[in-house]
Amino acid sequence: MTIYLDHAATAPINDAAIDALNTQMRKLGNPSSTHNSGRSVRKDVEDARHKLAQLLGANPSEIIFTGSGTEADNLAIKGFFWQFPERNVIVTSAFEHHAILDPVEWLVAHEGAEEIRLPITKFGTIDLEFLAKVVKERGAEIALISVMHSNNEIGSLQPISEVVRIAGEIPVHTDAVQSFSKVEFNFAELGVSAASISAHKVGGPHGIAALILKHGLDLTPILHGGGQEREIRSGTLNAPAIVAFTAAAEYAIANRDHNFKKVRELRDYFISELRQTLPDVVINSALDPALPGIVNASFPGTESDALLLLLDGEGVSASAGSACNAGVPRPSHVLLALGLSESQAYSSLRLSIGISNTKKEIDQVITVMPSVVERARNAFVVSELV
Amino acid sequence: MKLIAAMSGGVDSAVAAARAVEAGHEVIGVHLALSSNPKKYRSGARGCCTIEDSHDARRAADVIGIPFYIWDMAAEFHEEVVENFLAEYADGRTPNPCLRCNEKIKFAAVLDRAKGLGFDGVVTGHYAQMFETELGRTMHRAVDPAKDQSYVLAVLNTEQLAGAHFPLGDTVKDEVRIEAKRRGLYVANKPDSHDICFVPSGDNAGWLRDRLGSDVGPIVDSDGKQLGEHKGAYTYTIGQRRGLGITVPAAGGEPRYVLKIEPKTNTVVVGGHEALAVSKIVGDKPIWCGPAPVTNTEHRGFAQVRAHGTPLACTYSQDGVEISVALDEPLFGLAAGQGLVIFDGDRVVGSATVARTQ
Repeated sequence: MTIYLDHAATAPINDAAIDALNTQMRKLGNPSSTHNSGRSVRKDVEDARHKLAQLLGANPSEIIFTGSGTEADNLAIKGFFWQFPERNVIVTSAFEHHAILDPVEWLVAHEGAEEIRLPITKFGTIDLEFLAKVVKERGAEIALISVMHSNNEIGSLQPISEVVRIAGEIPVHTDAVQSFSKVEFNFAELGVSAASISAHKVGGPHGIAALILKHGLDLTPILHGGGQEREIRSGTLNAPAIVAFTAAAEYAIANRDHNFKKVRELRDYFISELRQTLPDVVINSALDPALPGIVNASFPGTESDALLLLLDGEGVSASAGSACNAGVPRPSHVLLALGLSESQAYSSLRLSIGISNTKKEIDQVITVMPSVVERARNAFVVSELV
Repeated sequence: MKLIAAMSGGVDSAVAAARAVEAGHEVIGVHLALSSNPKKYRSGARGCCTIEDSHDARRAADVIGIPFYIWDMAAEFHEEVVENFLAEYADGRTPNPCLRCNEKIKFAAVLDRAKGLGFDGVVTGHYAQMFETELGRTMHRAVDPAKDQSYVLAVLNTEQLAGAHFPLGDTVKDEVRIEAKRRGLYVANKPDSHDICFVPSGDNAGWLRDRLGSDVGPIVDSDGKQLGEHKGAYTYTIGQRRGLGITVPAAGGEPRYVLKIEPKTNTVVVGGHEALAVSKIVGDKPIWCGPAPVTNTEHRGFAQVRAHGTPLACTYSQDGVEISVALDEPLFGLAAGQGLVIFDGDRVVGSATVARTQ
C-alpha cells in the first residue's frame, strides 16, 4: 500500500497524456524535416503548441519548449541577464526554487551579477514594499525580476500582478511550475515578460517543459545548435512529450475548479485531523490564496529525515525541504525565509495532496502519524545525547 | 528482526545487506554522510565518503530491493573521530580512527538512532563472527585472516554487540566479490578502501603537519644529546627508521629508530632497536566484548596492537581500571594511544588504549 502525498514533486501522469504519448511515439519524423514525415509530426507539434497557448492565455509563438522546468528557469535568468550588459542586478525572492537561486548565484560568481533577494513576510508572500524601494533606488541597474507564481513548499500564491506594476519596464519572470493548471493562470493578463511551466506537475510526462516568452522580447540562448525554438532554444523537438504535455494540461484545466475544491477540502480535513491528533503540530503552509494541496507542518522534537523514513515504512510518500547533492538533508531555505529556526525547519514535512488522494487515505495517514512522530522523537533524543 | 544496514558504497556492506535480507530480516539501507563537504574527503575508488560512494550505496540498495536513506553524521564524525584524532596526536599518542568510528559513530550514534526509530540493530560489512556461546553473545575472528576486522571492533561493549550483525565473518573476501557479482551488485570489483577516509591525499604526515604545525625541533638520543632536526614531530611514528636525516652515526654503526615523541618539547627521541622492545603493556579505558575477566587474576591469552598485527601470547590481568599485559616475547615499537586488543583463541575478550609500556 502506498499513499502518495508528494504531488508537488511530481503528479501521476493522466490517461490523456499516456494515450497521446503512445500514439505520437509510433509516428516517424523529425518535426524540423521538410519532407512529408517531418511535416506530419510538425503539424502535431504545432497543433499542440496552439492548444497549449490557448490554455495559457498566450500566443503560440510565445511558447519555447525546453527539456525541464529547470532549463526554462535557467534560460530566463541567464537569457535576460545577458540581454542587458549594462544592467547587472537580478532581483529574486528568498524562497525561490533552486532552479532560480542557483543560476543567479552562478551569475554572481562568474558573470559579475549582483543578486537582491526579496524578504518574505509572515504571510508567506514577498515583501512588496521592499521591492518598490529596490526598484525606485536601483531600477536602472535591474536586468530581471524573478518571483515564483506560487511557492512549492508552502503553497502561497504571490502577488505577481503587483510585481509587474511595480517593475514598470523591467522584465518580470515568474516560475509558474506549481501553479499552472491548478490555479487560474493567464499569461497575457498577468503581464509578465516570461513564465516557466512543466509537464510533469500537471499530469504530463517528465522531460518536457516550456518558457513562455512575451512576443517581441529576445533572450540570449544557453543551448546552441539547430535553433529549433525561435533561435532561442536548440534541440530536436520532443514531439510525443509536447503532444502529451498539451493533452495533460487540457485535461487538468478542464477539471480545474472541481479538482481545486476537492483537493482543498482534503487539505483542510488533513490539517484539522493533524491538529486534533498531534496538538503541538505547527502548520507552516499558507491557506489562502494558495495552491490547494500543500500541507507543510513542523513536528517539534523530530528530524524530518527520520519522519520520512518512518512514513516510508508505513507506505506514505512525503517530502521535506531540499537535500544537497550527496542526499544529505538540509533545512528548507523556504522555511528559514519564513522566519523559522533551523531546528523548526529540520522538523518539518511537506505533504502535498492531489486529485488521486481520498479521505480514507488521509485517515490512514492520521492513524500512523502519532507512532511515527513518537519514534522520530525517540531517535532525536538519543542522537542529541551522543 | 528490523535492521539498519550501514552501506558505505563498497562491496562488503552491499553483500552484508543482501545477506541480511535473505536471512529474512526487514532491512533498510543507510549511507552515512561523514563530511559536510564530501569533495573534501577521499575520492571514489579509495574511500567511502564521497558523493560517488553514496550513489554506489543507493544503487546497491535498489538492486537488493531495500529502502535507502542518507544520514548526516558529519558533525558527530568530525567531533568524535577527526577532532579526537588530532587531539591524540597533539598529545604524542598514535590513535586508530577506525576503532574510534566504530565505537562512537557506527555502533553508537547510528545504533542508538536505529533503536529510537524502532529497529533492533545495525548490520555492516565488517569481517568478524558472532556466536552464541555459554558466555553469551561473543565476537570472534573472521575466517578470512587477511580481512579479519575483529581488532577494530573490539571497542564494542556487550550492549553494542547485541545490536551488531556481521554477516560476512564466515566468508573469504574473494567469495564475497563473486557473490556480489552473482547478485548483480556492480560494486563487485570496487577496490577495497584503505588508510584513513578523512585524509584525502593518503598523506597522513602532511595532513597532520597542516593542522598541528611543522615547527622544527630537535632529534635527540636517549641521553638527550641532539643528533639532528625534524620538520614537525607529529609526522613521526614509533619504530620509524627511515627519513630521520641524522648525519651523526651511532657508536656501533647500528640503525636508529624513533623511540618516543614528546609534543610538549617538540622533541623526537631515537635509539637502537633494542630500546624499542616492549614486554609489558598497560592499557586504560577497558571495554569488554562479553563477560569481563575475573579481576586481579592472571589469564592467558593473546594481545594484538595493530589492525593486522600478529597476536602475541601473553598473560594479562585487569583491575577494573586498567589492563596489564606481560608478553611472552617482546614486541618492538608500540606507541601510546594504539588499541590494545585481548583475544582468547579467536574470541575477542576486550580492548583498551595503550597508556604505558615497559
